Amino acid sequence: MRSRLNSLFDALLPVIATLAALAVGAVMLLLLKVNPIEAYAALWDGAFGSSNALAETLVKATPLLLVALGICISFRGDVINIGGEGQMIIGAVLATWVGLTFVGLPGWLVITLALFSGFLGGAVWGGIPGILKAYFNVNEILSTVMMNAIAVQLMNFLLRGPMIDPSQAQLASKIPQTARLLDIFHLPRLAPTRLHLGALIAVMLAILVYILLWRTVLGYRIRAVGQNPNASRYAGIKVPRYVVLALLLSGAFAGLAGAVQVYGVNYRMITDGSASGFTGSAGFNGIVAALFGQLHPLWSIPASILFGALLVGANTMQRAVQVPSALITVLNGLVVVFVVSSEIWRRRRQHRRLASAKEEESSTKQDQPQAQTEEAKQ
Amino acid sequence: MTESRILPSGKTRIESLEMRGITKRFPGVLASDHVNFDVKTGEVHALLGENGAGKSTLMKILYGLYRPDEGEVLLDDKPVTISSPNDSINLGIGMIHQHFMLVPTLTVAENVALGLPSSRGVLTDLDHVSKRIVDLAKIYGLKIDPDAYVWQLSVGQQQRVEIIKALYRGASLLILDEPTAVLTPQEVDELFTIMNQMVRDGHALIFISHKLHEVVEISHRVTVLRDGRKIGTRPTSETTKQDLANWMVGREVGFIPDRGTQNMGEVRLSLDTIKCGSDRGTPGLRGVSFDVCSGEILGIAGVSGNGQRELAEAITGLRRVTSGKVYLEGQDITNLAPGDITDRMLSYIPEERMRDGMIKEFTIAENMVLREHHKQPYSRNGFLNLRGIAAHTDKLIQQFQVKTPSRDTHAKNLSGGNIQKVVLAREISRNPRVILAAQPTRGLDIGATEYVREQLIEQRNKGAAVMLVSEDLDEILALSDRIAVIYEGQVMDIVPREIATPQMLGLLMAGVHPEEGARVVK
Repeated sequence: MRSRLNSLFDALLPVIATLAALAVGAVMLLLLKVNPIEAYAALWDGAFGSSNALAETLVKATPLLLVALGICISFRGDVINIGGEGQMIIGAVLATWVGLTFVGLPGWLVITLALFSGFLGGAVWGGIPGILKAYFNVNEILSTVMMNAIAVQLMNFLLRGPMIDPSQAQLASKIPQTARLLDIFHLPRLAPTRLHLGALIAVMLAILVYILLWRTVLGYRIRAVGQNPNASRYAGIKVPRYVVLALLLSGAFAGLAGAVQVYGVNYRMITDGSASGFTGSAGFNGIVAALFGQLHPLWSIPASILFGALLVGANTMQRAVQVPSALITVLNGLVVVFVVSSEIWRRRRQHRRLASAKEEESSTKQDQPQAQTEEAKQ
Repeated sequence: MTESRILPSGKTRIESLEMRGITKRFPGVLASDHVNFDVKTGEVHALLGENGAGKSTLMKILYGLYRPDEGEVLLDDKPVTISSPNDSINLGIGMIHQHFMLVPTLTVAENVALGLPSSRGVLTDLDHVSKRIVDLAKIYGLKIDPDAYVWQLSVGQQQRVEIIKALYRGASLLILDEPTAVLTPQEVDELFTIMNQMVRDGHALIFISHKLHEVVEISHRVTVLRDGRKIGTRPTSETTKQDLANWMVGREVGFIPDRGTQNMGEVRLSLDTIKCGSDRGTPGLRGVSFDVCSGEILGIAGVSGNGQRELAEAITGLRRVTSGKVYLEGQDITNLAPGDITDRMLSYIPEERMRDGMIKEFTIAENMVLREHHKQPYSRNGFLNLRGIAAHTDKLIQQFQVKTPSRDTHAKNLSGGNIQKVVLAREISRNPRVILAAQPTRGLDIGATEYVREQLIEQRNKGAAVMLVSEDLDEILALSDRIAVIYEGQVMDIVPREIATPQMLGLLMAGVHPEEGARVVK
């Protein structure tokens, strides 16, 4: 009974953490002399209030979900990929190059090629830290963060120089952006809103990632390596290879997110000098969405929608109750901090429960069937 | 009683300790069910039982690590409350844990002083401590140098440091938790000498063990626990090993499994002067050679840490062989990838089953195919065949009597014995040509131990070549056809079981050839 309550509590923990974050946000709103109920009503309205609002939420959720899918793979393989931002950028740059180069080809072919090259670009950008970790024991958290910095500078260089919009090149302003993609290369819209095919692709990929992780040899091995590299090696699995693959696939999904962002929303690349100027921090928020979804690809779908809604709704809220835009960032940050901390807390609790269960087991009759079923329920 | 009530250590002795009606419940389990237990000055009272019988629970209650749900503890007929190890130490109760609680980089004196207030306030008083250690060592006949670093000491010496530590803290009653598990036969004899001396001096000792011959040799009374209940207490002189074993298990126990006739065949596994490093960078194996044939069990005896782990890992490809060759059925498999060696039908039951042999977060089914998941019928074209895996798992669960709620239960929720059955099932069901079994029964209760041993013998009789690494001499003697003794990364000798005796193996395990040993004694 207690164990069932425990697992229910664990499942609801991200929701509780989100509510707690919103409660803290409410206190801040009060300090700013804003009615929090009014503010949160505006937030809800902005995210889900109309078909347009809903579409915007889903548009924002799409890159989050794609990044989150990659995170599900890498975290399951016990590799921490913080390089989603850089991988998105490289994927986007490569995809944009495809769209600007092969202008004579049919639209469907260029879109396919572009999404594929986005996937590939991200894979390379994730694969490099993967190889460094697997064969040279370089900490992947550090290397992926550094790869982010390199990707940003590469983007800035390309968009100011080789890839700059020819019309901008002649102007004095020289806005660092590429030319706009041909209309036939845009991802098809799904409704008379900004909602595009990318959202559908992301959901389909979520199902594919689920199959990958639990129905294929590759997924089995990635999870095995993530859970216990010793036993994996013993079982004959080449551990380093699957460390690389986990990071590579993770990067690939982020790269795809970048490509989808260009072909579905922006139709060109433009930089303000920072990574988030292009990604909207989806490379980081995707991690939160994946954790929120318990690193499960299918649960990552609602998790991504929630964060998409927060992003879109917050804008409406800002306009409606006149709070500084920094507060929106704070609110997002609060949700991230609360959810990530709750996840860490959940793991510790689980560890303690396991430890005490072990303790009891070692000092009691081992083959007691009731004891096992009791523990199994946890 | 004419003798004084003061112990040689200067502490007042405990005349009697009694635990009455001790009951301790854990969720779903009654770990201790109205157990009565007592110990008197000048006796060794053995506590005997299988894993999970409630021995540890009872002693943890006495040492203040658990609080009982019911029952009381009486010290010299007065009720006492023990709510922490500090309380028990203050009452004169000491415990020698199975795993030593020593800091290897500190000296003996520093270890003894650790955690105690110094007589000089913020400054240390190690000279006082050293002097006291020397005094205690003289009184109890414990040879120990207070200035030696613990990492320099042998396991037996480290155990003496633990005993000194307890005596220094004024222990009158000592709980010894499986103290012989890590010792060579010679070291066991020395420990027993010390224990006898302590008993003569008026200490009370509680001796926890599941080795019957030791219980019979050292104890005055013996109490048997089973399933958290006390089966009975008797003077040791009025019992036999067979009685105690039957008490412990609750049924008739055959000690030495029927090994059947041996049909030794061709050489399956052959090692030619293998050398490799250890995790510490020191030499792990220093030129090991032997053959294992079809239809035989080669036992590898030795005190832990003499290269057994390195040996198993070098053969299975988990550790790099720096020189020498390993042949499997005549083919050179030296330094092949572990997967390639596995695929040549070499099975390995690893020593640390939870660390190496199992993935705790995986289900039983997923663990069952750890080795074969990439082959038909468990997968096809890169996709797992969940139905094939399930059918295989259900068959093995039944065949190997794994107690689990379902095949989708996570491995972490199984007991040690059932985990080992899963490993065994997985490794044996492949019909391997060679089986490496490292400490296959360590930590298992008698029932599970018997089962594992029977399975190994059955594999041998079916013609597999079995290499059994064990620190348990009884096990080695019960199962092996030939016995190789490993000491400091070298094989001291290989002897047929018919002529092997525990004394002879004990000397070899300590690095002494029996002939030399005889000469030294003369």
